[in-house]
Amino acid sequence: MARLHEYQGKELLKSAGIPVPKGRVAENTDEVRTVTEELEGEVVLKAQVWTTGRFGKGLIQFASDPDEAAQKAAGLFGKEVNNFTINQILVEKKIEITTEYFASLIISDVEAAPVMIFSGMGGTGVEEIVKKHPDKVSFATIDVIKGLKDFQARNMLAQIGISGKEQAKLADILVKLWEMARANDARSAEINPIVFTRDGQFLAADCRITIDDYAVYRHPELNIEIARELNRPPSELDRIAFQVEKNDYRGTFYFIQMAQGFDQNDNYVGFHGAGGGGSMMSMDAVQRKGYKIANFCDTSGNPPASKVYRAAKIILSQKNIRGYFGSGSGVASQEQFHSARGLVKAFREEWINIPAVIRLGGNSEDLAVRILTEYTRDLPAPVEGYKKDNSVEYCAERFDALVKKGSRKDSAKPESPSLSGNIYSFETLTGTVTYDYDRCLECESKICVSKCVPQILRLENEGPVLNITREEAKKGKCTECLACEVECYFHGNKGGHIDLPIKGLEEYRRKVGIA
Amino acid sequence: MSILIDRNKKVIVQGITGREGMTRTKLMLDYGTTVLGGVTPGRGGQEVHGLSVFDTVREAVDNLGKIDVSVIFVPAPLVKDAALEAFDAGITLAVLVPDRVPIYDVLEIHYDAREKGAEFVGPNTLGLLSPGKAVLGMMGGRAKSAQEWFKPGNVGVTSRSGGMTSSLAYYLSKSGIGLSTIIHVGGDALVGLPHPAVVKKFQEDPETDVIVIFGEIGTSQEEMVAELIANGTVTKPVVAYIGGRAAQKGTRFSHAGAIIEGNRGTYEGKVSQLREAGAHVVEEFQEIPSATLDVLRNLSAKN
Ligand code: SF4
Ligand code: SF4
Repeated sequence: MARLHEYQGKELLKSAGIPVPKGRVAENTDEVRTVTEELEGEVVLKAQVWTTGRFGKGLIQFASDPDEAAQKAAGLFGKEVNNFTINQILVEKKIEITTEYFASLIISDVEAAPVMIFSGMGGTGVEEIVKKHPDKVSFATIDVIKGLKDFQARNMLAQIGISGKEQAKLADILVKLWEMARANDARSAEINPIVFTRDGQFLAADCRITIDDYAVYRHPELNIEIARELNRPPSELDRIAFQVEKNDYRGTFYFIQMAQGFDQNDNYVGFHGAGGGGSMMSMDAVQRKGYKIANFCDTSGNPPASKVYRAAKIILSQKNIRGYFGSGSGVASQEQFHSARGLVKAFREEWINIPAVIRLGGNSEDLAVRILTEYTRDLPAPVEGYKKDNSVEYCAERFDALVKKGSRKDSAKPESPSLSGNIYSFETLTGTVTYDYDRCLECESKICVSKCVPQILRLENEGPVLNITREEAKKGKCTECLACEVECYFHGNKGGHIDLPIKGLEEYRRKVGIA
Repeated sequence: MSILIDRNKKVIVQGITGREGMTRTKLMLDYGTTVLGGVTPGRGGQEVHGLSVFDTVREAVDNLGKIDVSVIFVPAPLVKDAALEAFDAGITLAVLVPDRVPIYDVLEIHYDAREKGAEFVGPNTLGLLSPGKAVLGMMGGRAKSAQEWFKPGNVGVTSRSGGMTSSLAYYLSKSGIGLSTIIHVGGDALVGLPHPAVVKKFQEDPETDVIVIFGEIGTSQEEMVAELIANGTVTKPVVAYIGGRAAQKGTRFSHAGAIIEGNRGTYEGKVSQLREAGAHVVEEFQEIPSATLDVLRNLSAKN
């Protein structure tokens, strides 16, 4: 669930008609000063980072004038909290609180419906409140079509003894909270606390709103960069990976870094899973062997070879990983040779010198393992492939043995064949295919034509050409199966090449010092 | 019998002309599912694998007669409309294969299904399969694999992980355990037929004697199954495994999520509640086949 910052949440609440304290977000001390001047009087400075107990950690501070505010803000900006660098501070007018309440909208899987929760005792330790004072908490199940009705909200409040004007005002907030949540596809929306101020107003003093990852596309106005629940801002590599996922609808690709800045002795593994359940089990297995997981990655749901290739390239852009461990459920419904070809292309380009163990069980596993192992034999480090009858524990054992053995052979990366001027090339959904006709003319096997999975190639004057229009190829008829590069390299005359760019990866690698 | 699907159920595919729709229709036909036609708006009159394509589900039903099931392969943003269209045309079971369906769309599908007395599997499901009878969705990938991997019998399998559904079913079959129906309930937090609903169907199915559950952390599905066992609704033996023990803690939605769920959602909570209710919970995935064999032996000893 993509989580919003407090100030973003408050903007949504405000536009839904729920009163919030006066103020706005500032990104440097000058802005803090300006906002404080505008607000006239005492202010509260709230660091915009995701952590609980901000007050106790000194991340919420008070100031009585612009100078003090600027000075205190200077102490906050740039500070690191939970992998977060503070670069935004919400500056608000200080409020005098008399009473606190708590309201939250969640989606309950038990009810298969949204549920509104209200507590008359404020939200600190609300789990405790519900245990000790069940009479102070009320719930309402919401009909997703009709929405939360005002009478339902008033009943909720009446049930815990809130009446009269208070009841009417709070009911209004609850109804608007629901409307805001529905309109923004909020997965959860919590105001904690709703405060009653000395001057007689109800205000949303703090909030926590998450947006449904799957509905983020409906809300470009929220500027959510990565639609995923992270407990930190996305890393550069996370961002690069997310662009790949966003620009290719075929299958799933999920990548997230679990650790950064480790060295060789830390025993981190580049992990490449397939499917959530199988990946979790596989990570468990390799962790039990004493390794740590550098990244979580999942390519599943029948992804093309090109997507698996990009995933592998990104995984291998992590410095100091000890090895590459790939394993999913073990019995995949998808054709596994696609994954094998994607991995081969990536491993060869990288000329990997760390061992790789890949469990490719499932459809076409024999072919997949053959492709993976045969085409990586000349690499400096060993690559092993396993099938559905090899348990994940066994694969983790093999992995451990290979890492410990650390055997590497001296094997120089072959020069990539240079292109002649006589080329034929066409675009695919996410890349470009090029055939070097000088090589093709001397190629006996013409294996590209027979191995092309969707069968879209034919020979013309001894060279491969598209058997469909260029537009069709670009729109996805070329499935980027990578056969015309990988199979050609070993069984043809090295005339086929597919360029699959990954935006931002080159720059990133240069920066972190990976060749 | 088996649950939800057999060879006689009449099936259409929505999104039949798409990449996945086309491939999986072939799988279903080859395996023996009675697929009668497909729907893609704007593509009426075409044919896919010899089946007629219609513009609307209503037209499909008018031309093909009563349809029991629709398997949906349209892009995620269109899944809600496709499911509502199927229910509107009188179809009572939809299988929503796509991933990334917005949760409020799923809530609306739930609402409509309740109104119309229909059910749905998914979203984000690999589908379901009754060995030797029929498959809905993409379980097995290819008919030949599905025939080799999954053997018919009296054990029902329900799983929250797509990939693990097939591997679990494969390892069970390999140990000589036959299966009545294998179902992937869907990988999302909110699905149409969660574990408890499926387990109730297995309880009522005369061909199922033992129920195997692949559970996961998060949601309340396994806890609800525990309640069904504890209150006597489910009396058939249940073997369960919960995945995600080592997964990072703290992925709770909010304070409120915790209030509603109490101890729900955690690995420990699920395991202890299932055990207390009397389910056979195994710690390691690879113990599932042997635990299931034990339960089957006990059953036949009793009879
Ligand atoms: S196999 Fe390679 S070299 Fe041979 S024709 Fe095809 S692309 Fe050219
Ligand atoms: S042209 Fe054919 S062989 Fe080459 S990548 Fe595209 S689909 Fe694969």
